[in-house]
Amino acid sequence: MIAAAAGIAAPPQAVENPDWRLRGGRGTRVDILLQQLINGLTLGSVYALVALGYTMVYGIIGLINFAHGEVVMIGAMVSLSVVTGLIGMHVPLPPIVIILAGLLVAIPICMAIAYTMEKVAYRPLRKAPRLAPLITAIGMSIILQNVALIVWGRNYRTFPTLIQPTPYNLFGASITDLQVVIVGLAGLLMGGLVFVVQRTRLGMAMRATAQNPQVAGLMGIDINVVISAAFVIGAALAAVAGLMVMTYYGIAHYYMGFLLGLKAFTAAVLGGIGNLAGAMLGGILLGIIEALGAGYIGDVTNICGFPFLSDSLQQQCVSNDGQVSLFGSNYQDVFAFFVLILVLIFKPSGLLGERVSERA
Amino acid sequence: MTLNRSLGLTLVAAALLTAYGCGKEEPKQQAAATPAPTAAPATPEIVVKIGHAGPTTGPQAHLGKDNENGARLAIDDANAQGIVIDGKKVKFELDAQDDQADPKQGTIVAQKLVDDKVAGVVGHLNSGTSIPASKIYNDAGIPMISPSATNPKLTLQGYKDVFRVMANDVQQGSVIGKEAVTSLGGKKIAIIDDKTAYGAGLADETEKAAKAAGATVVAREYTTDKATDFKAILTKIKAKNPDVIMYGGMDAQGGPMVKQMKELGIKAKFIAGDGVCSAEWPKLAGGAAEGQYCTQAGLPPDKMPDAKDFVTRFTAKYGPIQVYAPYAYDAAMTMIAAMKQANSTDPSKYLPELAKISYNGITAKIEFDDHGDTKNGAITLYKVEDGKLVPMAINVGGKTEKVAADAPAPAMAPAAPKMDEMKKDDKKQ
Repeated sequence: MIAAAAGIAAPPQAVENPDWRLRGGRGTRVDILLQQLINGLTLGSVYALVALGYTMVYGIIGLINFAHGEVVMIGAMVSLSVVTGLIGMHVPLPPIVIILAGLLVAIPICMAIAYTMEKVAYRPLRKAPRLAPLITAIGMSIILQNVALIVWGRNYRTFPTLIQPTPYNLFGASITDLQVVIVGLAGLLMGGLVFVVQRTRLGMAMRATAQNPQVAGLMGIDINVVISAAFVIGAALAAVAGLMVMTYYGIAHYYMGFLLGLKAFTAAVLGGIGNLAGAMLGGILLGIIEALGAGYIGDVTNICGFPFLSDSLQQQCVSNDGQVSLFGSNYQDVFAFFVLILVLIFKPSGLLGERVSERA
Repeated sequence: MTLNRSLGLTLVAAALLTAYGCGKEEPKQQAAATPAPTAAPATPEIVVKIGHAGPTTGPQAHLGKDNENGARLAIDDANAQGIVIDGKKVKFELDAQDDQADPKQGTIVAQKLVDDKVAGVVGHLNSGTSIPASKIYNDAGIPMISPSATNPKLTLQGYKDVFRVMANDVQQGSVIGKEAVTSLGGKKIAIIDDKTAYGAGLADETEKAAKAAGATVVAREYTTDKATDFKAILTKIKAKNPDVIMYGGMDAQGGPMVKQMKELGIKAKFIAGDGVCSAEWPKLAGGAAEGQYCTQAGLPPDKMPDAKDFVTRFTAKYGPIQVYAPYAYDAAMTMIAAMKQANSTDPSKYLPELAKISYNGITAKIEFDDHGDTKNGAITLYKVEDGKLVPMAINVGGKTEKVAADAPAPAMAPAAPKMDEMKKDDKKQ
């Protein structure tokens, strides 16, 4: 029993790392925490970019476009095809140009898909009860997934290693140039979108339509154009996000948009759906919550730290080096939905509030 | 508006039909394309269905299709032989089902195969689907032979109808654990699994073996079989400074995992089981799998007794072998051999023959022990060199034998070009 107590009090890794500067209080290493924050920020920027597409459409027509995640997937797949095609032709271009070419093809295709989708599937249902377009959106999502399955096959596709990300050391944590580009580019695009919405005539029209489509129509705004614009801009952002996810993980597959879309939707709800700033905040927060959650849940729910344990549990603790967790890091994907439930219970309008709540 | 709406709905309906039509028709067409053997018109012909179940959609679709094609080739070969059982000419048909690697779907598909009155089942691919499905087959008295489910529990349930043609995870996990300590020099080992019956089972066996070999397990982390982001758990593992990271799971996760290890600057060696050990893995890792290790249950194709002809024919017809296709082929062939031996396609009649069969398969001599496990299971340790899996050591019945890499062993020679061809084919796609 004494040995057990000692084993719990001093976990082996505490002794093995003599570098005291890297150690914060309670055995939390600062560099590891920083690393988790960097991981979360990268993931969060992508969520934020996708969440913008959900939030813009919801803000204007009150529709949750569940097919948006699939647009991200198509963006990734199209740029993958273009990039592999260009490499296959042995075109002597620098890698960055090849990737840009992929993006330049993917963006218009995604925009066209979103435009068509709105025109064919959602516009006829605009005056229908809200459930109808929602179910149509789920249908569109299934259709796009199956089209992608037919076009690109069921296998995981690998993104050719054009750029080998170089890790840099940042206070003991490692950050790759690719991560910096992802976060930077996402920030730029989000800034650009805010500029469009707040400072341009189109943006003014969008805001007006969001407030009251009938009155906006009476003021001479072509609502159909504005709504199409919201879909198309969201799709362009989705295409960029798709390419980002693919270069970051190096793989793409036909249903990659499903979970990503759900998480981005959660991010949008977390920030307050219909609210641009909320989507960005929600995305980044969600990324960080996931990274920290997966990184620390094992330690936080480690029952060996509790003072009162039954004998059998204590024995388990000893045989597992003082690590018996109630929840493990496989709950990473659950955090997003746990957050969604909490938000829906306690603050249904999201952190920054639902800008168009008066519409409902 | 009305016009628009009906147009929209029609388009949606049309698209749905196309999507589903195309998705489902493929296996039927191939089954129909099976050449009907020509024989004396006097012998009456009977159709015998053999079921196959594995994931043909989702992240493991390439592995599921690989198994299905292995079984399909066996059925084609058997039909070409023109087998006569009990005076009747037998035409075998493959009843291929998609279990989505999901235990729930696995039982649904199993029930469907039982309802289809199959004479036997080749499958499932995963342990997580095989174990619940095995009860359904056993209750219906239909023999199942899994070509790839390696969790020991599958054959320990006391079911007389359940067999497998490859070594189980007790053997594989003990080899991984031992090699991680001896060959890879691991003193501190971190273990990750995907919480599936296969991944967790393999990881547990590895943990036992590594501890027995004198290593400490410094971290035990978990992910899922659908995840792509492992940075959070890898960062946590990085803090524990392991020498070796072991992963119990599939290649769709193993690839991105080694890539993310490299990006996080983790210097530890990586070792994984047969789920990761596919031709696809080095590609999924985007070059980061170089110098890393994995094991496969079974011998390397060039060391198999009789796989050369199979490899050529399979590759020509379906593309490169992922992992288990030869085992699926053997599973189907063993089942057919038992039917011939019993002179009956009735499951209750040929099952006793299957239990005591001794069949010279392409992967090994197939004989089952009392549980239905193969008696001649082997485990091979591979290392990734130049994006190819190169066999390093073979473990048969607990004894490890190194595959000489430096020596110009003639046995090695045929393996290398074969892998080359596979790579080339991949690039063409």
